[in-house]
Amino acid sequence: MSGADFVPLSLTPLLIGIFAAIACALPGNFLVLRRQALIGDAISHVVLPGIVVAFLLTGMIAAWPMMLGAAGAALVAVALIEAIRRLGRIEPGAAMGVIFTTMFAGGVLLLEQTDTSSVHLDVEHALYGNLESLIWLDATGWSSLLDPQALAYLPPELPRMAVTLLVVSLFTWLLWRPLKLSTFDEGFARTMGVRTGLLGLALVVMAALAAVAAFDAVGSIIVIAMFICPPAAARLMSNRLEAQICWSIVFATLSAVLGYVIAGYGPLWLGLEDAVSAAGMIATVSGLILGVTAVAGPCRTRSGAPSEG
Amino acid sequence: MLDLVRTRSPEEEIVASPMAIRGLTVSYGQKPAVFSVDMTVQPGAMTAIIGPNGAGKSTLLKAALGVIKPLSGRVTVYGKPLAAQRARIAYVPQRASVDWDFPTRVRDVVIMGLYRELGLLRRVKPRHVERTMDCLARVGMTDFADRQIGQLSGGQQQRVFLARALAQEADLYLLDEPFAGVDAATEKAIIGVLKALKDEGKTVVAVHHDLATVVDYFDRVFLINTRKVAEGSVGDAFTAETLQAAYGGRLATAQIDQISRALG
Repeated sequence: MSGADFVPLSLTPLLIGIFAAIACALPGNFLVLRRQALIGDAISHVVLPGIVVAFLLTGMIAAWPMMLGAAGAALVAVALIEAIRRLGRIEPGAAMGVIFTTMFAGGVLLLEQTDTSSVHLDVEHALYGNLESLIWLDATGWSSLLDPQALAYLPPELPRMAVTLLVVSLFTWLLWRPLKLSTFDEGFARTMGVRTGLLGLALVVMAALAAVAAFDAVGSIIVIAMFICPPAAARLMSNRLEAQICWSIVFATLSAVLGYVIAGYGPLWLGLEDAVSAAGMIATVSGLILGVTAVAGPCRTRSGAPSEG
Repeated sequence: MLDLVRTRSPEEEIVASPMAIRGLTVSYGQKPAVFSVDMTVQPGAMTAIIGPNGAGKSTLLKAALGVIKPLSGRVTVYGKPLAAQRARIAYVPQRASVDWDFPTRVRDVVIMGLYRELGLLRRVKPRHVERTMDCLARVGMTDFADRQIGQLSGGQQQRVFLARALAQEADLYLLDEPFAGVDAATEKAIIGVLKALKDEGKTVVAVHHDLATVVDYFDRVFLINTRKVAEGSVGDAFTAETLQAAYGGRLATAQIDQISRALG
């Protein structure tokens, strides 16, 4: 494919897909190790009431108010989950379950009871996102990357996703040691003066940020898959957290690129006419990668489960 | 003259103690796990915290270290609040409290003991690596430095935890069941390291469950069953009476007889 085709039609969705996948996979590594991986699923449900409320308040379908609404709902959910966990002294999974079903139900109710259901807030969009439509029609080729006029018409999801990825990466880099320490041994981390409660909260907030930004661009299927599949597959590739993170980035990128290409061209290769959802295919590829590593990954066995004594 | 030595004021005692706990109460639900406990750790001594299962031994240790939040109580470390003295404390949690499947190597775990020194971003220098390897050598785990921690036996895991504590170069070492489920060689290695620490003038406190080895390993005991039962030197506080009081009917008479005989 020439630059004249590739840059306007495929470059931006590809980049957005890659950025979204990595931004979710980075915090996903810690969430998986902390047995909190389902928080991505939880966030994808709880943001619904936030989006509806944002629409009701502003009366428009616009990215920023909706993202703020979603982020607000995610924070409320995180606070509620923490409160229930501490006050009820129950495990985090149960608290998550209570909150995300309740808030999702509240969101659906809100959607039905107000006239918002008539506008374009459909489930399909929330699930699959709209990756293929994030094209850059003002680009004429590779040279457009240096053309300020064309750059002004970049799909806004691209810079937004890039900033999100940057923030998540900085967070991971800066707080690497305490994150690793408290994920492995929380009690010990506390005696070292690490504020583990605050750090855990910050991690979930980072995950929520990545999730909300990615929902907007690519839908919730990718988010749920990317929190879990690349990190889990990466864990099966390495016994070192540093290497695991690198593998997860590789797998996230691979899923995004392969998924996008297969979704766009796979059906044509098979002689079918329509392309399939890129978001769905990206998630599928990540699942396949996890499947392959689960069968053939070098670190998949609990090598020498500790023999007591 | 003797009187002067003996009558240390309560305040002086707190200042001199590596760890002084006053009125510590911890609860996990309705029932307190630790109730209004006072403990004054003696500097340079090896103290065993003893009591039946569920008596609050580990809870006492964790609450004193701020790992769990007590309902009430005051803890000072060398006379100052805990938060200002974290660098002087090394903690060895229960081996079972962490996931040994965690993707990390033995040497990476030991280097975690240097966190306060390294902070967020300071580079790991050769001298840090050297110190890590020294600590591994002291517990006899040099050959395992590059192993994934999941590949270790229980005893080896316990030694790695001890090496991490050694890397902290603290003055007070607090260990939670360091001998639980370890092999004889590990037990010997660990007690050797702890006695060496004592010889350097460090203070050691360990939650301990094996009454038969208390006399050999420790010079002081702290008996607890939710409340404090006894505290003092092994000779004074580790007696048939105090054990009976701490364990109630749960300790067989034969066991107590055996301990009494060991005590002479």
